[in-house]
Amino acid sequence: MTLARKTDQHHECLDGNEAAARVAYALSEVISIYPITPASTMAENADDWAAASKPNLWGKVPEVIEMQSEAGAAGALHGALQKGALGTTFTASQGLLLMIPNMFKIAGELTPTVIHVAARTIATHALSIFGDHSDVMHARSTGWAMLAAGSVQEAHDFSLVAHAATLRARVPFLHFFDGFRTSSEVNKIALLDDDDLRALVRDDDVLAFRARGLTPDAPVVRGTAQNPDSFFQAREACNSFYLAVPGIVGQVMDELAERTGRRYGLVDYHGAADADRVVVVMGSAAGAVEETVDTLVAAGERVGVLKVRLFQPFPVDELMAALPSTVRAIAVLDRTKEPGAVGEPLYLEVVAALTERMDSDNPPFASMPRVIGGRYGLSSKEFTPAMTGPIFAELAAVRPKRHFTVGIHDDVTHLSLPIDTEFHQARPAGEVQALFYGLGADGTVGANKASVKIIGEGTDLFAQGYFVYDSKKSGSMTVSHLRFGPRPILSAYLVDQADFVACHQFGLLERTKVLEHAKHGATFLLNSPYGPDEVWEHLSQDVQQQLVDKAIDFWVIDAFAVAEEVGMGNRINTIMQPCFFQLAGVLPPEDAIARIKSFVQKTYGKRGQSVIDRNFAAIDRSLERLGRVTLGPVVSDRSITSIVPDDAPDFIRRVTSVLMSGDGDLLPVSAFPVDGTFPTGTTKYEKRAVALQIPIWDAAICIDCGKCAMVCPHAAIRMKVFPAAAIAGAPAGFPSKDFKSREVVDHRLTIQVAPDDCTGCGVCVDVCPAKSKTEVRHKSINMEPVAAHRDVERLRWDFFTSIPPLDRGLLPHDTIKGSQVLDPLFEFSGACGGCGETPYLKLVSQLFGDRMIVANATGCSSIYGANLPTTPWTVNADGRGPAWNNSLFEDNAEFGLGMRLGLDAQTDQARRLVERLAPVVGEGLVRELLDSDQETEAEITLQRDRVRRLRNILEKVNGDARVDARHLLALANDLVRQGIWIVGGDGWAYDIGFGGLDQVLSSGRNVNILVLDTEVYSNTGGQASKATPRAAVAKFAAAGKATRKKDLGAVARAYGDVYVAQISMGANDVQTTKAFLEADAWPGPSLVIAYSTCIAHGIDMSKSMSHQKDAVKSGYWPLYRFQPSEIEEGQPFKLDSHTPSIPVSEFVATETRFAILARTHPERAVELAALAQADVDERWRYYEQLAAMHRSVPHVHQPDPDVQPEVENDAGYRYDDKGDLA
Amino acid sequence: MTVDLRTRYLGLELRSPIVASSSPLTGEPASARLLEQAGAAAIVLPSLFEEEIVFEEIQINRSLEAGSDSFAEALDYFPNIESFAGAGDRYLARLRRIKAQAAVPVIASLNATTAGGWVRYAKLMQDAGADALELNLYHVAADPARAAADIEAADLALIAAVRASVSIPLAVKLSPYYSSLANVARHAIEAGADGLVLFNRFYQPDLDLDTLDVVARLDLSQPADLRLPLRWIAILRPELGPDASLAATSGIGSATDVVKALMVGADVAMMTSAILRNGPDKIRTVEAGLRAWMGEHEYESVSQLRGSASSTSVEDATAFERANYMRTLRSWSAPRDLTTA
Repeated sequence: MTLARKTDQHHECLDGNEAAARVAYALSEVISIYPITPASTMAENADDWAAASKPNLWGKVPEVIEMQSEAGAAGALHGALQKGALGTTFTASQGLLLMIPNMFKIAGELTPTVIHVAARTIATHALSIFGDHSDVMHARSTGWAMLAAGSVQEAHDFSLVAHAATLRARVPFLHFFDGFRTSSEVNKIALLDDDDLRALVRDDDVLAFRARGLTPDAPVVRGTAQNPDSFFQAREACNSFYLAVPGIVGQVMDELAERTGRRYGLVDYHGAADADRVVVVMGSAAGAVEETVDTLVAAGERVGVLKVRLFQPFPVDELMAALPSTVRAIAVLDRTKEPGAVGEPLYLEVVAALTERMDSDNPPFASMPRVIGGRYGLSSKEFTPAMTGPIFAELAAVRPKRHFTVGIHDDVTHLSLPIDTEFHQARPAGEVQALFYGLGADGTVGANKASVKIIGEGTDLFAQGYFVYDSKKSGSMTVSHLRFGPRPILSAYLVDQADFVACHQFGLLERTKVLEHAKHGATFLLNSPYGPDEVWEHLSQDVQQQLVDKAIDFWVIDAFAVAEEVGMGNRINTIMQPCFFQLAGVLPPEDAIARIKSFVQKTYGKRGQSVIDRNFAAIDRSLERLGRVTLGPVVSDRSITSIVPDDAPDFIRRVTSVLMSGDGDLLPVSAFPVDGTFPTGTTKYEKRAVALQIPIWDAAICIDCGKCAMVCPHAAIRMKVFPAAAIAGAPAGFPSKDFKSREVVDHRLTIQVAPDDCTGCGVCVDVCPAKSKTEVRHKSINMEPVAAHRDVERLRWDFFTSIPPLDRGLLPHDTIKGSQVLDPLFEFSGACGGCGETPYLKLVSQLFGDRMIVANATGCSSIYGANLPTTPWTVNADGRGPAWNNSLFEDNAEFGLGMRLGLDAQTDQARRLVERLAPVVGEGLVRELLDSDQETEAEITLQRDRVRRLRNILEKVNGDARVDARHLLALANDLVRQGIWIVGGDGWAYDIGFGGLDQVLSSGRNVNILVLDTEVYSNTGGQASKATPRAAVAKFAAAGKATRKKDLGAVARAYGDVYVAQISMGANDVQTTKAFLEADAWPGPSLVIAYSTCIAHGIDMSKSMSHQKDAVKSGYWPLYRFQPSEIEEGQPFKLDSHTPSIPVSEFVATETRFAILARTHPERAVELAALAQADVDERWRYYEQLAAMHRSVPHVHQPDPDVQPEVENDAGYRYDDKGDLA
Repeated sequence: MTVDLRTRYLGLELRSPIVASSSPLTGEPASARLLEQAGAAAIVLPSLFEEEIVFEEIQINRSLEAGSDSFAEALDYFPNIESFAGAGDRYLARLRRIKAQAAVPVIASLNATTAGGWVRYAKLMQDAGADALELNLYHVAADPARAAADIEAADLALIAAVRASVSIPLAVKLSPYYSSLANVARHAIEAGADGLVLFNRFYQPDLDLDTLDVVARLDLSQPADLRLPLRWIAILRPELGPDASLAATSGIGSATDVVKALMVGADVAMMTSAILRNGPDKIRTVEAGLRAWMGEHEYESVSQLRGSASSTSVEDATAFERANYMRTLRSWSAPRDLTTA
């Protein structure tokens, strides 16, 4: 690409998603959307712009509609296109896979459209949200042209190329760019203007497309069914259109170059004109290869890179023309893996193209170049110049690896090439590279995005920002990688030679190798509670050594002190940012301050003067507090302690701990399980210590209610009941009190916090009902600064965990005390502080965790539930605990049903074998095993004991019965009752997975479905679902959701044999517990819909449970249980909440999701608020009527000889003996 | 006999001395219309509070940004909201709508405790059409480090700052808790206030014994509450001279209350609690009662009535001052004296 910087071109700093979406929006009339990372941003942009009535190129605001799934989005797109409306959509990964059936149809009908894809890994042994080409490569056979952008600028430009070319070619286009690396990178680009769009998207093509739209005025039929006599020929009839595509794309690219000076080819070659070795690559990796090629060529090597833009139809002629005739060896890099194939797709295309042309009359090369294929960059694995050099080296080998990988260490099949760790890419003169380590909550990323815009848009410099997050939602670390320089920045890889490093959290210095990538002589800025004179002695020896070895210019500022002074809370963005500008020397400091203020004014100008005032105060005070540190001698005795205890299991020490310390890239292939199977119970090794305050228990006031333990989202505060003797060896001062109970006497109780696992959310303190008689603000638990308590509480926690749990059978489980003495088998997840979902999962794990299997829909619960490095699902002292898997987003109900079917099959087989082996097992044990109803904890314990006895017997069996015994041994554990829990959020249950959910509800099979209803797609950032209530503002409902929330429970109740409960722990924890117990006990399908407060509600999360209470008080979230097992003439519907006592307006006024609407769309807010109240009133009236209704026939009519063949219920309906209406 | 109810308040010509004071009813266009139809001579909007503006801006921004830039899948949790109407913007929008429909003067009210960015709202209220501005000096002086003089100086500076930013008439609503109210009142007028509103009433905290929480509570005023403004208007009317406007508020619930307020020197009597209790039509009843009383007692006009019983117009000026307390005690002992006599 040649970058002609025309003076009249407008530049902005955008991410790849917005760069693509701006063009897509301008050129579309219908945009069907559905959220999926990392493409969601494009859809969000479109929805935001439509909500703000931004018109497209033709002056119309596009119809933007959220569908129930990507399959729905593709279907709606197909329909819009058939009507002759210009349409587009955005997706990635599994989402693209769901679109594929419609993509075949759209292409088969030669319908122009563009799908923009932020290419993302397809889930295999694990889900990954990160980028590679496995999704787009799966769409190869659909008949869509495929255009690959390798940078933010290209994502912008190729978006236009795709939209223009598809209209000319009639072949639909899949425009893709690398997920995260390009979709989320912020880079300075030249913007296309409306005239550019008009010039390339020709009116005649648009009109011709419209003319093909379905209309009753000129009716046609499409979508016929064809037979062997016709299908094949008809399928071949489109060939000429595909043959024309490369020429059309080339033509559009030429026209783009005419207007903008940015020239692209279908393939572009860069490097030595006489290269003998060439790398062929597609997407963002081209930047790293190009840089390496420049370095190697400058060193006299004959190498080059060929960047593929148009992947399909594969531009064979252009490829041959672009390759220097001197080429002897080619390495084709694929960012995907197709196990079992000869090679990956790009490799195969290149090999086939070469083979064909070498076999022609005019072969392009004297002899067939050697072609080898390599995989790189799966799931956004880094791809750098240090990995590129060895590829060229391999190409020069006598016998290069025919197939290789690069970027990893494959010590199993030995495919990987080495990484040249000595290779340092020369950086352009005048470039500054900077690294920032922060926490999500402190505003570091926001400040850096601002810095990129300030520099990129305010000066002639180019700027690039890329942001890396860890896998936790609370207390997560962020690393910002920034580059500023005089030339366009193509380096699509992380900063590894930083001129400037900032650490915005002192604690990260101990946990992370902050200075690893600092250059010699770099500047280091540390946010430190210790001043310049005292900070040195608080550094670890390792950090001191690096500072000295690299002769680092070291500065400190106490940013939190400044933030406190000016009322910024824990956000230090506008305090650290001026320091960066002061020290990094990108801009003159005074100039920088003015620009920062102007940016703050622009960002917050319309959000309130007080916000601006505070930020300005922060900016003004920051530089005053900046101090330079004189490096001292390396003498610290503070060394970094081992990340996991020495007695941790082997896998934890060998693998998990490496992942936890951020060095996962160093792990070889052999370190990993071959099938994605990992041990559970690993979060306990990840002592994150993110809380600033932790709850401290005052035993004197405690009333033994157990609510604190119940609501803790992280299982970080717990309750144990034990005989006094159990704490004989406790650390001094270990608190306990007499436990008040009818069932368990002479026992003590302790409430204990896990100080390093607590996130400090404060929900426990909010719910604590026990207040001091002498000082009401003092409760039985109180948040106190962690520093004053950590050491003591660590000792107490260690001891506390050693106290044996109370026998599960001693206390009834339907009380809070009774459930909270049970070990949680879901602990220390990375969920948001105050998460409303996790307390439910924890409770389920306490009640049934030792005999449950979880099918988990993709979403928050699958991420905090199983995002490496650790998992919160854990085991009890016997090693039993939940077994867990996540299949997909859309199929979770079916996935769980399958588990049930498998379990039932195995249990049936086990029972059959038990009967068959009666002669060796003994009739008594056989009857006990088969007749136990296992309804109580005690009976389950007895059954486990019977199974143990059975196994003992079976292991000794020989002779004829040996085969059966072996099979029964494998199945014997299934004789103990197990529960299948199908868990997911509202996006799954109400939208994408609803069809499957409905199927499972209708199946009559014994599964328990837990819907964690946050009323939005939480995991992808708060997009509206059909669970989103009327009047709430959410993404994809930026102007407030106009329609009412679906009553999912009503759908399930309609089946009659489904147990349904609607619960809210904060409003009624006993009802919540009962609902779970009843769901578990009900032998058919159970659906429990749990109100889950979420950060996307815009609430103070420490008041999570209070919000739940208000939701119920207002009637917004009625509590009920529908029990199909009721006896005849019973009332199956029990309304468990009271008549609404506050108006809905009082509840919603406290949540930003509702409150913001009155501030953005005041009139609509009034209208929707009235409807929202009417929704609640209407539903309450209906539910009250339901609660009064008797129901005479249980879910399945059981023929009973003692009963008359016909029964009549209250309503006068008569039923025959089959239970049908007579 | 026709009775002339017209009065002047803050330089505004009012058709009667009965004004609807700050309440939820004056803040909404629909209910404000009812008040006007019932005869309210002017409408004072509820106060726009400094704390409300700041709290809302900070809180909404915090909650819109909560959790942002922390997790790769969810870089934020709300749609892109570039601007929103804050408490101040919404207030101004309501003010504009009420002003657009009202034939009577509309008085905006601003509560600020410090001279800060919110003073600009005074100007914005003027731009939005307010006929006058009421500066509500409502605060609880709980900081033991601050001397009374400091607090008063800050209040006066605030009055001056607001005066400097607007050209429309300015009333200052005071609390009765100044040590030297008469002195503060004089300085408030000197600082630029066109009149005083006596007095604002504080939300008083209460305890909820079920939850042991402190709850804010505002009880509606009672007739007895009128005594306090009566005394002070009687005292201040002659002190401040005829050009300073005085409004009586707290406990005005009947025509006779209005008469009393006017007699001690008020230009207007402001009603809140009585309207909240009985609805807007209460104004109509009180006005009719006022006419009837004046007719019966042969008063021709409000101007005749106004100040006729101020401290300098009554026989015993000290009746409004401290001696009043002693006299009350004595009056209680009087019957016994009589019996022993």
